[in-house]
Amino acid sequence: MNTLQTRRSALRTLSSGFGSLAFAAMATEEARAAEAKANPLAAKRPHFAPKAKNVIFLSMGGAPSHVDTFDYKPQLIKDTGKAGKYGPNLLGSPWKFSQHGQSGLWISSLFPNLSKHADDMTLLRGMHCDQPNHSQASMQTHTGSFQFVRPSMGAWTLYGLGTENVDLPGFMVLGEARSAINFGNAFLPAVYQGTKVTPPGASQGRRGGGGSSELFPNIKNPLLNSGSQRVQLDLVQQLNKNKLKRDQHQPQVEGVIQSYELAFRMQTTMPELLNTSEETEATKKLYGIGDDATDSFGQQCLMARRMIESGVRFVEVSHGGWDHHSNLREGMETQSGQIDKPIAGLLSDLKRRNMLKDTLVIWAGEFGRTPHAQGGDGRDHNNKGYTTWMAGGGVKGGFSYGATDEHGYEAVEGRLHIHDWHATILHLLGLNHEQLTYRHAGRNFRLTDVHGEVAREIIA
Amino acid sequence: MKTPTIAVIAILGGSIAGASAASGTKTLTATEETFFESHIRPALVQYCYDCHSEETGKTRGGLLVDTKDGMVTGGDNGNVQAGATYRDSLFWQAITWGELEMPPKQKMPADVIQKFEQWLRMGAPDPRLREKVIVDSGVDIEEGRKHWSFKPPVSDPNVDIDSLVLTQLKKESLTPVGQAEPSVLLRRVNYDLIGLPPSPEEVSAFTAAWKLDSEKALENKVDELLNRSQFGERWGRHWLDVARYGESTGKDVNVTYPHAWRYRDYVYDSFNADKPYDQFITEQIAGDLLKIKTDAEWQKNLIATSFLALGTKSLNQRNPRQHLMDVVDEQIDTMSQAVLGLTVSCARCHDHKYDPIPTTDYYALAGIFMSTKTYYGTTPSAQNRRSTTLLELPIVDPMVARKRLSDSDIAQMKGQLQQLTSTRRSLRGSDGANQNQMAAIRRRISDIESKLAQVDGNGVPATVTMGVQDSPNIMNAAVLVRGNVEKPAQIVPRGFLQVLPIENAPKISTKKSGRLELAEWLTSKQNPLTARVMANRVWLYLFGEGLVSSPNNWGTTGQSPSHPKLLDHLAVQFMDGDWSVKQLIKHIVLSKTYQRSSDYSHANYEKDPENKMLWRMTPRRLDAEAIRDSILAVGGGLDLRRPYASQVSETGDNRIGRGFNQDRLVASVRYRSAYLPILRDDLPEALGLFDFADTSVSKPKREETNVPAQALYLMNDQLILLESIAMAKAITKETSDLKQQIQAAFLKAYGRLPDQADIDAAKNFFSNFKPANQVAAQTSNSRNNLSRGAQRSGRPNGMRPGGTNGGRPGGMRPGGTNGGRPGGMRPGGMAGGRQGGMGGGRGGLDIPNNSPAPIPTMSAREQSLAIFCQALLASAEFRILN
Repeated sequence: MNTLQTRRSALRTLSSGFGSLAFAAMATEEARAAEAKANPLAAKRPHFAPKAKNVIFLSMGGAPSHVDTFDYKPQLIKDTGKAGKYGPNLLGSPWKFSQHGQSGLWISSLFPNLSKHADDMTLLRGMHCDQPNHSQASMQTHTGSFQFVRPSMGAWTLYGLGTENVDLPGFMVLGEARSAINFGNAFLPAVYQGTKVTPPGASQGRRGGGGSSELFPNIKNPLLNSGSQRVQLDLVQQLNKNKLKRDQHQPQVEGVIQSYELAFRMQTTMPELLNTSEETEATKKLYGIGDDATDSFGQQCLMARRMIESGVRFVEVSHGGWDHHSNLREGMETQSGQIDKPIAGLLSDLKRRNMLKDTLVIWAGEFGRTPHAQGGDGRDHNNKGYTTWMAGGGVKGGFSYGATDEHGYEAVEGRLHIHDWHATILHLLGLNHEQLTYRHAGRNFRLTDVHGEVAREIIA
Repeated sequence: MKTPTIAVIAILGGSIAGASAASGTKTLTATEETFFESHIRPALVQYCYDCHSEETGKTRGGLLVDTKDGMVTGGDNGNVQAGATYRDSLFWQAITWGELEMPPKQKMPADVIQKFEQWLRMGAPDPRLREKVIVDSGVDIEEGRKHWSFKPPVSDPNVDIDSLVLTQLKKESLTPVGQAEPSVLLRRVNYDLIGLPPSPEEVSAFTAAWKLDSEKALENKVDELLNRSQFGERWGRHWLDVARYGESTGKDVNVTYPHAWRYRDYVYDSFNADKPYDQFITEQIAGDLLKIKTDAEWQKNLIATSFLALGTKSLNQRNPRQHLMDVVDEQIDTMSQAVLGLTVSCARCHDHKYDPIPTTDYYALAGIFMSTKTYYGTTPSAQNRRSTTLLELPIVDPMVARKRLSDSDIAQMKGQLQQLTSTRRSLRGSDGANQNQMAAIRRRISDIESKLAQVDGNGVPATVTMGVQDSPNIMNAAVLVRGNVEKPAQIVPRGFLQVLPIENAPKISTKKSGRLELAEWLTSKQNPLTARVMANRVWLYLFGEGLVSSPNNWGTTGQSPSHPKLLDHLAVQFMDGDWSVKQLIKHIVLSKTYQRSSDYSHANYEKDPENKMLWRMTPRRLDAEAIRDSILAVGGGLDLRRPYASQVSETGDNRIGRGFNQDRLVASVRYRSAYLPILRDDLPEALGLFDFADTSVSKPKREETNVPAQALYLMNDQLILLESIAMAKAITKETSDLKQQIQAAFLKAYGRLPDQADIDAAKNFFSNFKPANQVAAQTSNSRNNLSRGAQRSGRPNGMRPGGTNGGRPGGMRPGGTNGGRPGGMRPGGMAGGRQGGMGGGRGGLDIPNNSPAPIPTMSAREQSLAIFCQALLASAEFRILN
């Protein structure tokens, strides 16, 4: 079965490979690779006119329940207490669903603020992925592979498009992000990997905060001014180049060289980026900054907007704690309460700044949860059907795509595998997922491996 | 299809703890049944189920009262119906608002209470029994045994590492590169074995010896390094990654483990002593059950079992059964990944999806750990519902004993205790008492009691450790349907994984947990995984990649070995060599394969870019510890002495968060990174930035990232600045000639002399660099809190202090006396009664003042040289090992 699939896909690739169009694309990819080497962060032309220029990915670690948030299942509510398809009793959502906006999207009462933006959102209710375990599914969501170390979609995006601001990392990660693999560059040049930033004032903000004097660790030299430091850095870089010459081929050293240049520029740009004092009180309030429950995530959402505004290509904001095997009723209230207002604030803020049209906002956990109960007040992992959503960046507003079965176990309609989801995201950015390749170990690699169908129906 | 089937076969009692399975086999009389149904069930539903039933999903206090079994198993406080008479039972105390007040808002009406009394007098007849469920496994064990890693390793006696590697290279038409230069090789061996760079003197001595007899020079060097105490710190730290070592609980309520460091030191000492690996594993799994002759052995064995205790914990877990099963699961997970390279925990809720591990095997192992009590300490609080006591050690640690309570302290605390107890008594009688008030009083009482419990009659605190003991309640586990603690199925006898072909596997006695037998089974030479998994780890730490590139997953979804015969050869050698890790390392390091240069070859790279076939040595980035240690070593500030304990232990029990965090700990320490405090989710910056291990799970292999934050650290952090200045000052003392200074700096930093291109770059720097005005040096940098003055005075540059423990304050332990303290119980017993952590209460910290460090005064020339030296330390060559 597997072999067959691979062979079929290989044939497809081969046959299209003979077309002149594909040949032209190959030439561009070569140019892209050459350009990547010379000036790896410079903005590059997409394959075709893009709908979105930047991405904010709101990553919900632990996997939020779809049937309690964005996948309205009246039949599940009716069948509460009956045996589900795997035995344990079904549990209808304890939260009330209602229709929102002109489009009438069904959203649960867990998101009173976000639901006001229903008309900007596309719900993807036919999601599925390969693994029901957190670390593997999370890896697949980020990199397409649950098995091997592969570049993350942020790294691919940056490789494909470069960044609008070469003085900042083009891919930044905010919040409680854990495994470095999820933001890694794998075999892509090191400059494409995510840089972790913890905004000041966030609950775990010491690492990046550490008091008012410094917003980002080690951003200022205590001894040297910029001019003398540049002289020192020239020496460091010359030594690095000498080593590169001696070793002939050394991607690690190339990575070091690039990271020093970026680091040097970041000494000016990062403090400006992280200094939120120019933001008005009204804006901060919009994000829920200052309120205990929403302060941390609100800070991160605000920072994400500032990053996008500064030309950062891809921002991931992480939020965790959605693994509700038990304590579903209390836990979902807490977790949703932390993100509802900040995300609503982010969408409002992007919109009023006319940035939402170019910025693709994505919300996703690594999978969904079972329609049946676990221990009365919890839900187990479910990778066969769940919901993610997108807003802005060229997707339809007030639109629902795909569906799970009557109880929410499995995606049955408009099925969107992670590979399809990635293909769609790249497509919105003007990148053809089959053409965005990187040569490694004797073959071309893609974010979508040999899979991926773009969900064209969701594009505005 | 490996889906377990679940069959409901009979109506019988059952519970997680097999020991209490007797509940409910007796049938009720008609009167009893009627009485229960008409008076008791409705009252329970009305007054109790809201907070204590599966239906509402609430298990307050860990108690379910919706089955007879739930009442008998009880909650946090145990069986609610037990007591000399029903009036002593917790249930009666609670509903009559005695010791507890239930329901909390309002007492039940008197007539309802009267019905309960009647019912209790009848012997609490209860028809609410669980259905007996059997979980069947769909795993075909025989078929599963066909997987390569479950077959025993076979080794041809006539092979060696190099011939096996060469055969495969030839097959792939790859030509190996030549041997590395002696200076490169020395640097490699130094870092790989002790995690430190060679000094310039060591480089020249080795190069000279190499010219005479290269093989002998290397062998001597390897022997020398293996015998240095830094070896244990380097390799012990690798094991700490695998053992998910951390000095706090992690998870939601992250509380310190102030005694974890004893395990850390035990691991370092074990590697230095070249303790046979089978014994090392046995001590960690079952040290408390081993026969001993001396207090020192007992001390060491108890500390070794911290391995099972120092995992992450959810201290705010309400349900004690859930907590127990989570602790057990964490132990199975770590043990199976660390020793066997298998993810056995995947079988907690169902048969393993990929490997031949039925869920019944998981519960066979779970029974062993459920029959074990885990002691990890932590202080009880409103958030911490799951603290435990700690184990008392036989040999008194004088540093701990120093912190005694005075007679007047004790008298004062006892007085407070008396007062609080009487207040509680009077409040209970009055109507005005509310739950909050009572809870506050209870907390204060337990706080004082725990402080008093830490000391003996003379106010001297006990020396304690984390660890495990056999539980007085030895039990077999019930399989839990989908891992749900409220859904027990059949009980399975304690045992091991069936898939591993071990003949005459040890039998577990009914009176013991079975940990000792588990250790025997794990370290049996018939076990096909244990030796292979460790040999592969050793290979990984020496080459940057294992022969099996999924070192913690040897199941069907793991990677196949790149060199299967080589792997088996190493595993068999390892076992035959009495499980000596040092011998295995030496065996590998003396191979030509290890000694290859890292030279690039385009033809090879095209075919095998990841160097899987070992045509060269893969260039590797130094890990976090080696980077920090090297900066300190080259700057001359590294203190090689073992510090006493850990900064975490100095501060006692703390919750990590805004009030207490790494920034309060990172002070002016210059000892090896292997001794820095490892708080979960809050690592020291120098380690966290350079991809330190995730401390929550067994971590076989570090990541290698390359981000600007690392560049910024090396450009601007005060540690590297101060070390560069020290390095420059030391060089200036040696010579005033610039060319010689440049050479000295290169030798110190890279272990080699500069080539022409390097000299050109250096000249360019010295002609362009303008030393800064020293005023700029006063810039406050509040996050960097390193003061070198005090530590460095009196110690000449570059001199290493002698042996490991030389000058270690308080590190001398008195010989094997028990210090006259009762409670150091031998195998079979438990040291109970002691609560919480030692070494000072919450917040009473004795941490050095973290004021900004002054930058030493420098001449303009020194400043240029210092900035030059920093550039060397910041460059790629310093942290990439060829």
